[in-house]
Amino acid sequence: MGDWPLLSLVTFLPLVGAGFILCIRGEVEVVARNSRSVALWTSLVTFLLSLLVWGNFDPVQPGFQLVEKAPWLAGLGITYYMGVDGISLWFVLLSTLLTVVVVIGSWHSVHTRVKEYMIAFLLMDSLMVGVFCALDAILFYLFFEGILIPMYLIIGIWGGPRRIYAAFKFFLYTLLGSVLFLVAILVIYLHTGTTEIPEMTARLHASGLDLSIQKFLWIAMFASFAVKVPMWPFHTWLPDAHVEAPTAGSVLLAGVLLKLGGYGFLRFSLPMLPEASAYYAPFVFTLSIVAIVYTSLVALMQNDMKKLIAYSSVAHMGIVTIGIFTPNALGVEGSIMQMLSHGLVSGALFMVVGVVYDRIHSREIAAYGGLAEAMPVYAFTFMLFMMASVGLPGTSGFIGEILVIVGIFQFSSWVAAFAATGMILGAAYMLWLYRRVIFGALVKESLKGIRDMRFNEVVAFAPLVVLALVMGVYPSLFLDPMHASVDQLLAQIGVETTKLALR
Amino acid sequence: MLQILLVFSPLLGAIVAGFFGRLIGDRASQWVTCGLMGVSALCAWINLFANLGEPMFQVEIMRWISVGSFDARWMLRVDSLSTIMMLVVSFISFLIHVYSVGYMAHDNSIPRFMSYLSLFTFAMLMLVTSDNLIQLFFGWEGVGLASYLLIGFWYTRPSACAAAIKAFIVNRVGDFGLVLGVAATFLVFDSIQYDVIFGKTHEIASTTIHAFGHDFQTLNLIGVLLFIGAMGKSAQLPLHTWLPDAMEGPTPVSALIHAATMVTAGVFLVARFSPLYEYAPAATTLITFIGASTAIFAATVGLTQFDIKRVIAYSTCSQLGYMFFACGVGVYGAGIFHLYTHAFFKALLFLGAGSVIHAMSDEQDMRRMGGIWKHIKITYAVMWIGTLALIGFPGFAGYFSKDAILEAAWASDRPLHFYAFWLGVIAAVLTAFYSGRLIWLTFHGEPRADEETMHHVHESPPVMTIPLIVLAAGAVLAGWLGQGMVEPESEFWAGSIYYGEHNHVLHAMHEVPFLVRLAPFFAMVVGLGLSYYCYMARPGLSVRIAEAAGPINRFFFNKWYFDELYDLLFVRTAKALGLVFWRGGDVGIIDRFGPDGVAASTLFTARRATRLQTGYLYHYAFVMLIGVAALVSWYLYLTLG
Repeated sequence: MGDWPLLSLVTFLPLVGAGFILCIRGEVEVVARNSRSVALWTSLVTFLLSLLVWGNFDPVQPGFQLVEKAPWLAGLGITYYMGVDGISLWFVLLSTLLTVVVVIGSWHSVHTRVKEYMIAFLLMDSLMVGVFCALDAILFYLFFEGILIPMYLIIGIWGGPRRIYAAFKFFLYTLLGSVLFLVAILVIYLHTGTTEIPEMTARLHASGLDLSIQKFLWIAMFASFAVKVPMWPFHTWLPDAHVEAPTAGSVLLAGVLLKLGGYGFLRFSLPMLPEASAYYAPFVFTLSIVAIVYTSLVALMQNDMKKLIAYSSVAHMGIVTIGIFTPNALGVEGSIMQMLSHGLVSGALFMVVGVVYDRIHSREIAAYGGLAEAMPVYAFTFMLFMMASVGLPGTSGFIGEILVIVGIFQFSSWVAAFAATGMILGAAYMLWLYRRVIFGALVKESLKGIRDMRFNEVVAFAPLVVLALVMGVYPSLFLDPMHASVDQLLAQIGVETTKLALR
Repeated sequence: MLQILLVFSPLLGAIVAGFFGRLIGDRASQWVTCGLMGVSALCAWINLFANLGEPMFQVEIMRWISVGSFDARWMLRVDSLSTIMMLVVSFISFLIHVYSVGYMAHDNSIPRFMSYLSLFTFAMLMLVTSDNLIQLFFGWEGVGLASYLLIGFWYTRPSACAAAIKAFIVNRVGDFGLVLGVAATFLVFDSIQYDVIFGKTHEIASTTIHAFGHDFQTLNLIGVLLFIGAMGKSAQLPLHTWLPDAMEGPTPVSALIHAATMVTAGVFLVARFSPLYEYAPAATTLITFIGASTAIFAATVGLTQFDIKRVIAYSTCSQLGYMFFACGVGVYGAGIFHLYTHAFFKALLFLGAGSVIHAMSDEQDMRRMGGIWKHIKITYAVMWIGTLALIGFPGFAGYFSKDAILEAAWASDRPLHFYAFWLGVIAAVLTAFYSGRLIWLTFHGEPRADEETMHHVHESPPVMTIPLIVLAAGAVLAGWLGQGMVEPESEFWAGSIYYGEHNHVLHAMHEVPFLVRLAPFFAMVVGLGLSYYCYMARPGLSVRIAEAAGPINRFFFNKWYFDELYDLLFVRTAKALGLVFWRGGDVGIIDRFGPDGVAASTLFTARRATRLQTGYLYHYAFVMLIGVAALVSWYLYLTLG
């Protein structure tokens, strides 16, 4: 197995599947059925192959593994360069898994342009895996920007009534940042003469970039990543995009696309610009704290279920950005765990909304109530992910939260305290949501006779349920492969130990 | 292995009843959960005889979270303290499981109820056997989840849903402190394992820490933060408001949450951290103050309530105050002693009240009871036993533990110990008064219920009365059996509770003046006598007193207006802020000047710029080139210049 270009296989296999779907001809029904099957099998095989990536990954090694390198645009020194380390490994698996989940989850809920729909999702799969494997900055940028296109189409074609506005807002925001990111890459390229990320990092360290230029580059990158995360106040595209996106689009948007910002910080800002990162850390903490408190309170007042969960995502990503800029292993590994958990949990919560939306065609919280009586399996699933979202110990949501809070407390008790308020506010808006949707008496006429979850929905949720619990009960499985890479990252930014001396 | 069986069999029961309850049916779910709970209780007894007073040992299960020195494992810690807690939790929980079979017989979600009860017990057992702060937090939040589910068990009632959410969120406010306490502990000790922490408290005692803009004595800060968690879970001022509302749950839930288990977690936490609190003087003073204040506050509210379960709930709140100030004045053993006796008699009172409610066709208001003692004699007898134990009648369980606490409060040399003593004595008077009032109003006098209800009054079935009788036996015997907990020379705790070298209160409390020793007894006699006079000898007097003391009565009856205050301060404020941030912040400012503004001005500029758009590709390419050139030259200017 060792000689196979495993990462390229995982990256481009979905494209092959998309190509097959493109060739399907015939009756609308037949095309839809065949497209679904091809998409399912392709995404499933891709996921299994990505498990092999994990299987072949050596957790002790800090550097990049399963590396593939080939000259590409040799004249410019741009290479096709792929590889994973302990930081990107899990994001690859998260992407491939969530693709399978959304293909299964939208089995019965999408009826228009099924063929194009499935192609869009397989394309997404390919680009998501690519962005986490790419080790050449230009290649990374291509994937990073390329993802916008299928997502833009997914929102714009299969979205809700205000989809055009949402899609434009989404595109406008993310594009603005991206341009600046490209400039930053070009500048670093001019400075170091390479576009290979590890080489760039090493040469930047060797040359010792001037702090004023670091700051300029940092802000340029920040503009791009902060929009992706999204950090307050660049978050307002997210609620609109989520509300208008179809369920599956929301799942990938929340599950994977939001992680690109955090991943970018970890891959570019921190290791390449360590002094600027340290300089701007208080700024990031401030925005993160505001995000946690502000968006939690906004979430409390939402009447639309998807908007509520979208706002809760912003609050959760606030914990992530605090963790990333905490210069110790607790913070960084906590932020990665929080991203993974958020990928599973908020993805699942959007699916939870999708389940009832498919039946009642309303996202208004007020349209529901008393579902526990008619939908016990649904009520349990919702409960589990609600608890994971509020960070109950034993679920995935707890691990990242506690690691980040303990990590940041070593440097700032205030930031830790504000981050911890998210625990209270998060419980408030989630429990209140649950109470209004699930609890109470089933009295609304429209809800009488509502069906519990279908087989395909149960199958789609099952892996997420299992993972949310496994990640909460045995997170070492996920943490162990991270340690070496995170330690190396911390060494790059000049942190030797995790301990802060007592006064 | 024994301990693993002890802790995990309730979890197994919860899983079986929860997921397969519909499949296997009500009866089988009851058998499975009660049976597995019985196994757990049996193990707890064996464990008691095997390990009480023996050195501590750990049972490792598996790794959990490990990042550097932050190493939390799934591990059971077995020592005298956890052994006693395991017994109390699993034995009383077993009795409550059995009782529920009868009490919930007519409910239509029996498997779900049994599953929640077992889940709750599992979480509590994980809490008391934790070997590090993170597993403690797991149990801590686990009981929070289970209590949320249990309080909201009848989820179609709006009041039950509100109470459930309130319980969870108020607890989370406490957990906020606990999490920061965990973080501070890790910062200071570089570990979250008890052994490492407890081994270093002595040397850390003289250090200070800079946090939240101030310099604190390190252990005081940690002690206070952890105690905030305890305040939430144990319903101490000002985080007590969830507990009375939690009465919305079925009665066995009240017994389980308010007697044996959840609310005592805070006291357990303080006792577990006695090696830390012994060097945290300011934190223990705060504990004394909060404990004593809660003891008297809750008792005053208890005087005025008419819901039979609410009276007992406020009584619990008050008794927890006693346990806390016992820890505060330095006798952790007495705090746990009272926890253990209280678990028996308070569970008994709640389940007895449940039996009354059952007999009265689900009536909870004592104003519509009375004159029923002849019809339900077993319940009447056990309620008396529970009451005598609660008010500290000599020979009953509460007598030993409450006396020990008050004597220790007198004898202690810590700040506020007299405050605690006197408030404790007054609260004892009030306790006896409201307990007597409960008995007189519920069982004696003229029947005030309608004939239909009176006609149906009947004793509960044996599946309910037998647990009551067992608990009644406990309410008598527990005191006699637990005296070793406060003996200075006893090896009872075997080091699991730590007393600093300057803490001599265990000796001093046995040498207090005779009058001090008699004080609780007098308090009890006065309180009970007064209640007899007001409600039996001169019926109607109580109403006149209440009218005469109008404002005070209303103040007490409305629980000192805490709920209204919090609603105004927090709930409304949060909602208002949320609305302002959303409508004003996101829509009004960010979107208006951000994307929408950009879009609008782009449209404006675009109209003008259309003139620039020639449609020739080379024009655009040229402009782009200029742009890139400009940026690169700016960069070069920065680097070279």
